[in-house]
Amino acid sequence: MSELTQSSPLALGAQPDTGAALAPTQLELMRELGVKPRPGWTSRLSPGLAAFVTNGKGMAGVVILLILVLTSLCAPLLTDFDPKRRAGKPHVEPGYEHVLGTTRMGKDVFTQLVYGGRVSLAVGFGAGIAAAMIGLAIGISAGYFGGRVDDILSFFVNVVLVLPGLPLIIVIATMVEEASPLVIGLVLALTGWGWAARTIRTQTLSLRTREFVLSAELMGEKKWRIILVEIFPNMLSFVMGGFVLGTIAAILAEAALEFIGLGDPNAVTWGTMLFWAQNNLALQSGAWWEIWPPCIAIMLTGAALVLVNFAVDEITNPQLRASRRIGGIRRFLNRRGRSADVF
Amino acid sequence: MSLAELERSGPATAPGRTVVEMDGVDKDFVLGSLLNRTVLRALSGISLKLVSGRALALVGESGSGKSTCARMVARVFQPTRGTISFEGENIAGFTGRRLERYRSEVQMVFQDPFGSLNPTQTIGYHLERPLRLHRPEISGKAVEEEMLALLERVGLRPAADYLKRRPHELSGGQRQRVAIARALSVQPVVLLADEPTSMLDVSVRLGILNLLEDMKSQRQLAALYITHDIATARYFAEDTAVLYAGHLLEQGPSEEITERPQHPYTQLLIEAVPNPARKNSTTRSRRATDIPLWTNQSRGCPFVSRCPRVTAICKETMPAPTQIGSSHTVRCHNL
Amino acid sequence: MSSSPVSRPLMEVRGLTVDYVGETSVARAVNGIDFDIREGEAFGLAGESGCGKSTVAFALARLTRLPGLVSGGSVRFGGEEVLSFGKARLKAYRWREVSFVFQSAMNALNPVIPVSEQIMDVIETHEPRLGEKGARARAVEMFELVGIPPARLDDYPHQFSGGMRQRICIAIALALKPRLIIMDEPTTALDVVVQRDIIEQIVELKAQLGFSVLFITHDLGLMIEFCDRIGVMYSGELVEVAPASSILTNPQHPYTKALGNSFPPLTGPRQRLEGIAGSPPDLRMLPKGCRFAPRCPHAMQVCADTAPELRFYPAQQSEAACHLLN
Repeated sequence: MSELTQSSPLALGAQPDTGAALAPTQLELMRELGVKPRPGWTSRLSPGLAAFVTNGKGMAGVVILLILVLTSLCAPLLTDFDPKRRAGKPHVEPGYEHVLGTTRMGKDVFTQLVYGGRVSLAVGFGAGIAAAMIGLAIGISAGYFGGRVDDILSFFVNVVLVLPGLPLIIVIATMVEEASPLVIGLVLALTGWGWAARTIRTQTLSLRTREFVLSAELMGEKKWRIILVEIFPNMLSFVMGGFVLGTIAAILAEAALEFIGLGDPNAVTWGTMLFWAQNNLALQSGAWWEIWPPCIAIMLTGAALVLVNFAVDEITNPQLRASRRIGGIRRFLNRRGRSADVF
Repeated sequence: MSLAELERSGPATAPGRTVVEMDGVDKDFVLGSLLNRTVLRALSGISLKLVSGRALALVGESGSGKSTCARMVARVFQPTRGTISFEGENIAGFTGRRLERYRSEVQMVFQDPFGSLNPTQTIGYHLERPLRLHRPEISGKAVEEEMLALLERVGLRPAADYLKRRPHELSGGQRQRVAIARALSVQPVVLLADEPTSMLDVSVRLGILNLLEDMKSQRQLAALYITHDIATARYFAEDTAVLYAGHLLEQGPSEEITERPQHPYTQLLIEAVPNPARKNSTTRSRRATDIPLWTNQSRGCPFVSRCPRVTAICKETMPAPTQIGSSHTVRCHNL
Repeated sequence: MSSSPVSRPLMEVRGLTVDYVGETSVARAVNGIDFDIREGEAFGLAGESGCGKSTVAFALARLTRLPGLVSGGSVRFGGEEVLSFGKARLKAYRWREVSFVFQSAMNALNPVIPVSEQIMDVIETHEPRLGEKGARARAVEMFELVGIPPARLDDYPHQFSGGMRQRICIAIALALKPRLIIMDEPTTALDVVVQRDIIEQIVELKAQLGFSVLFITHDLGLMIEFCDRIGVMYSGELVEVAPASSILTNPQHPYTKALGNSFPPLTGPRQRLEGIAGSPPDLRMLPKGCRFAPRCPHAMQVCADTAPELRFYPAQQSEAACHLLN
């Protein structure tokens, strides 16, 4: 302590260390890293929505889904053919009249694709939403009420989770003879809610110990209100995630069931298209246009949903978002001969 | 009555009345599974009074049971033994309408300003709900006026700006003010403040404590102030009670407790407060051990593991309260 | 402890600037601060939330995580520029020369691994020639230093209390006999009595082993009892650096004065005190002049126009950044 006068840097009249790199001002730094103040329109939305709308992956997914949904809805505008009737010669290659060619039976592939999309997407989204809703209801109740209710509900959740999905669906579907897409959708909804229920229950358990929930209880709020207004909005990302993953699972499962022949072969869906293509040995006879379109359509839907899920993950976990700036920051450091801190 | 009218008309309760009384309260929690149960006794024989217009500070370390005490007055838990009464009535018997009314008579402010507000709702929502639940006589435009008046009263100006904001846009101190506004909106008689400033910056703490003081004196609230910091206890509360492992070891006026502490634990707490005037102190080598886990099988005084004055009798029986001053009591065999 | 007046300080920080890169803006958390840490000294960095003290700690340890970025300045440790260290040099730097104890470090202990393994892992990673036996002997030595019975070396973290776990973290920090330990709020999560115990222990160990400590906390009162010099930070800048003995008795900067008045006393009449009104400025859009001016009771016109520089005042033996002193 006695060296205070002598060794204080300023007392020695020390010059600013010329080796010390002078930092750029905040504005200069923003320019160098490419940080731009956003346009104002997003600030009028709620923060969650604003974050989603500015997320590239999420919006890409939404756009793809919109295109798929719109083409399916506008099917009659896009094609004059009937998906169930012969439209031309069998196995015509894609050309002007039949954009995606025809099947072995002479039905127009493009027509089948867009009409089939209606059913596949409806069943997929429908089953996904239904499973998410069931999972939400059961998960929240188990988490919030605890005790006996939790024990009973958790038992059912565990049962549904433990039973292997696809084999169970196959067993149920075979019992129903020719299962129409609606029946398939129902079966998927009733067997697919387990995962959502489990995650939502865990989230509810952690939320209900938070003080704002206790505060609402001490204020005398009714239980249903607490669940709906205090707990549920804080779990939106999990519900979204559950819905998205449930829908992907439903779409794939539906296609799979119909592909193996458990569906109604007279229905027109992406899955039944695959079934008939397989039946008619499309690949072996070189008619790739009978198999690829429904495959790609299913893949696109799945991919789009996964992109939306990535966006939801990034919004809930801001740490994932920070990775966007890594490149710029590394370059900034390299230019100054330094390395990044945490490897 | 609106806030403005209330402030003009004066306090709702006469000063100096005992509003809440805890009498010989024990609280047990059962832990573990069927094969391996322990009965944790969080509180043992707690007797204290909350008086309108005065604050009682409950000082203790974490695990002492102070939060449990507050939650029992708020009727989150029911006592295992003993009674808690509000204006003479035993609160254990409250149901239905009476319980609903009790919710507005006793309000709590929590420790964590980041946790006590719902992140997805606006500030306006947080103030509107209590008004809708407990003050149905206010409706329409008057609700918004009342909310603005409350925000102004707790020092959040311009009030209209705050209604639309969400909690993450406010600082810790501002959130705590919102929490206080929410508590006051239902015109309570008792205010339970559970470490309201421990998670706030030092420079902000006094502002919040001064606000609570103003509210307390204007409305003649009976306040229970929970803290681990005996210095702020002295600042805010007229009376202090010291809690250790669920036992009240010393109670009395704050000035007496801090200037003439009688119990060795109180003396230890006072010594632990950083005192810049006491630089490089030499008192040392008293390795602090844990606060013991008190169960229904435990006997004697809980402070034996740390006490410099411990004798044989301390391990057997819990000392009875000894009266020192007119309102100062201590529980120790070896004063 | 070196007593030669021209001895180089252990760590010299000049112009350190750290920014947080957000989506649409850049927040300057630390704005070009200068300070030194000497051999065997306990230097305290005080300030409230958002002042940047924790950011400084992470920057000195080269642990700035995205979106944080050290955008300028120099940190010299024993003459070498820490900010230019490569991966290999960093490995030797971290833990051997500088180690850290962070807030709630006690919660960062791996719950499924016995404590002995955790401390021995650290020793073996940095000093492999010691081998397992040597590492264990060192671990026992460390436990004894911090006052935990070595018999408990193989217990799991949950079997210790909070205070003991923090002591274990201090033992891990000392394991390789570093020259500087950076402690960021090491006792905030603990009770007052345990807090005092731990701090006293650190001071004892410091006297015994001769390391320096950078002690960061918001509790100014605690710091004064145990630190040699204290730097007060506000909104990313150092506003005052003074010996602990004079920082509260003779504060130079209005913020330090106001902070000192924020602690209710344990003696004397019970009277009303005032804290500091207002809140710190938004780090994304800093005011041109002094950052404390909007809340300062003595602000003048010059305070709003130009930012004051940290100057040394020999009469008070301290540095302060305030126009009022000129």
